[in-house]
Amino acid sequence: MASVEFQNVSKSFGAFNALPDISFSIADGEFVCLLGPSGCGKTTSLRMIAGLETPTSGKVLIGGRDVTYLHPKDRQISMVFQDYALYPHMNLADNIAYPLKVRGEAEDKRHARAREVADVLKIGDLMKRLPSQISGGQQQRTSLARALVYPSQVYLFDEPLSNLDAKLRLEARGFLNHLQRDMGMTAVYVTHDQAEAMALATRIAVMDKGRIVQFAPPIEIYRRPATTFVANFVGNPPMNLVPAQAAIIDGKLQLRAEGLDVTALPVSDTIARAVGAKSITLGVRPEHLRIARPDDSNVITGELFANENMGPESLVTIERKDAGRVTARIFTDDEIRVDKTVRLSFDAEHVTLFDSTGARIPAHGE
Amino acid sequence: MPFSSRIYIRRMGFSVVAALLGTLFALPLVWFFFAPFNARAELGLAIPAPFTFANFTTVFQNTFAMQALFNSLVQAFGGVVLVGAAATFAAYALSRSSIPGKSAVTYVLLLFSSVVSGSAAMVPIFLIVSAAGLIDTHLAVILVFAGGLLPTAMFILRDFIDAIPRSYEESAMVAGASPLQAFFDVALPVIRPGIVVVVVWAFVNIWGSFLIPFILLRSDSLMPASVAIYSFYSEAGTPIVTLLAAYSLIYSLPVIALYLFVNWKFGFRFFGGIKS
Repeated sequence: MASVEFQNVSKSFGAFNALPDISFSIADGEFVCLLGPSGCGKTTSLRMIAGLETPTSGKVLIGGRDVTYLHPKDRQISMVFQDYALYPHMNLADNIAYPLKVRGEAEDKRHARAREVADVLKIGDLMKRLPSQISGGQQQRTSLARALVYPSQVYLFDEPLSNLDAKLRLEARGFLNHLQRDMGMTAVYVTHDQAEAMALATRIAVMDKGRIVQFAPPIEIYRRPATTFVANFVGNPPMNLVPAQAAIIDGKLQLRAEGLDVTALPVSDTIARAVGAKSITLGVRPEHLRIARPDDSNVITGELFANENMGPESLVTIERKDAGRVTARIFTDDEIRVDKTVRLSFDAEHVTLFDSTGARIPAHGE
Repeated sequence: MPFSSRIYIRRMGFSVVAALLGTLFALPLVWFFFAPFNARAELGLAIPAPFTFANFTTVFQNTFAMQALFNSLVQAFGGVVLVGAAATFAAYALSRSSIPGKSAVTYVLLLFSSVVSGSAAMVPIFLIVSAAGLIDTHLAVILVFAGGLLPTAMFILRDFIDAIPRSYEESAMVAGASPLQAFFDVALPVIRPGIVVVVVWAFVNIWGSFLIPFILLRSDSLMPASVAIYSFYSEAGTPIVTLLAAYSLIYSLPVIALYLFVNWKFGFRFFGGIKS
């Protein structure tokens, strides 16, 4: 296993500047997810670690060694592709053993090793089949087996679960998590699914338009999103964002917007400075919203838009008149009484505030 | 009533017309299979009576015509190997590399290819081959065919390779394969159905072509079957139908055999390696 480092890496495709300038380092044994919408540069970054793309400028280091211009075959890495890229003319045994074949391993030896890995992944009985003769989940595990069959410095994953159906995806995700705990491998995992990133990563790099917006452990990303972009990307459903007019009255922060009634938030120096700009965005996670009691003080009011019962919880979405929607995750144990007009409330400690540029304002006492 | 009578009439009319057209096109084929076994075959269609192999016996005694079949094989085989190999490498390079203006190159080549193998270019081709001292050799025929067929073959194959995801070779290279290993182990087997199409197409083209060997070759011992077929014309220029029919059947057998072989061996396609 080895560390991975990007030093001022940029990448352009013709006139399109995919990655303007990106630097980060991944320690040995870390499982890092590159998370972002399509076109944010996460796959390009991964392919530069693999050596399938060459940076326009900057350096890529694996285990402290400069590999910027090294051919993929000399990097001692493995990669699982989104489309699996199983060789259609080879049976599973030959597919899984191919990395050993190019390393000059004898046929019986490499097939024995392939069988070992396949057994762990529960595809050991399928070794004589062609990729076209097995199911999608089995294909995914075959491609994983091919990546695990030889010792590797870094494991790269390019949206490996995106072609599986929901149930298989959960199963594969759990297995990958187990594998990471078992092997302590250094892994870089590209995904646009925030739940996958939260579940697997030791650290998440949230990317937007070729830049890393926040690089932190999942819980940090969840609790203290650096910008409204991160807040809006992480969480299921994502954080509710309500732009509001701010004022400090009697030492308390007051926020005003359509349907919003917040009068008594604590004020810190940083908040006081941000209020000077007047416009502030209020962020509250759906799971921190509840149906308001009559005497609650922080309230968002709107017309009921949707009420989706998911079993243990319900997603209640309300629409503030001409001012956007707010979604609440209400645990069904609570008695839900939804009328045409719904009042949702939240506690002050669960509030995240963003300034007019979208950056998070450090909370009181931070 | 799911169908109105108008639809019935229309469908019946269509079937009748289709059947008539089909028969019209089938008649020459029926003649093609009957006439060789008929000792008194004429241009009219007749069931052989008695059924005989006499025509074939006579044809087999014509050493010039038999040698010509062999020559056809040599020229077609040579041309196919050259076209197949060169088109595969060229198309792979055109598909996978980032050469500026590569599509323009392909289109220009495609445009000129129809000229090169066409009769319009016969004089320059003859002059070039003559200057190279290759007149009256198999090599001349093979090279000219290869030159004429290559651009189209490259074009067909490049399209085919473009449709194959790069992740095949990429996964091989990440796994430790050199670009050459990735090509031979992974890309080539996946491209093979496309190569087979090109090979069959090139073979049929060379096998059936008359003009190029007729002009570039002198000796009887080098002429291919497409030219030798004229040895079954009398000196007055009228065809000896019985022998011509028998020879034609023999002449077409390799092409039919090739189709059957390819269909048996490669007629299937691989699916399932790539999840889309």
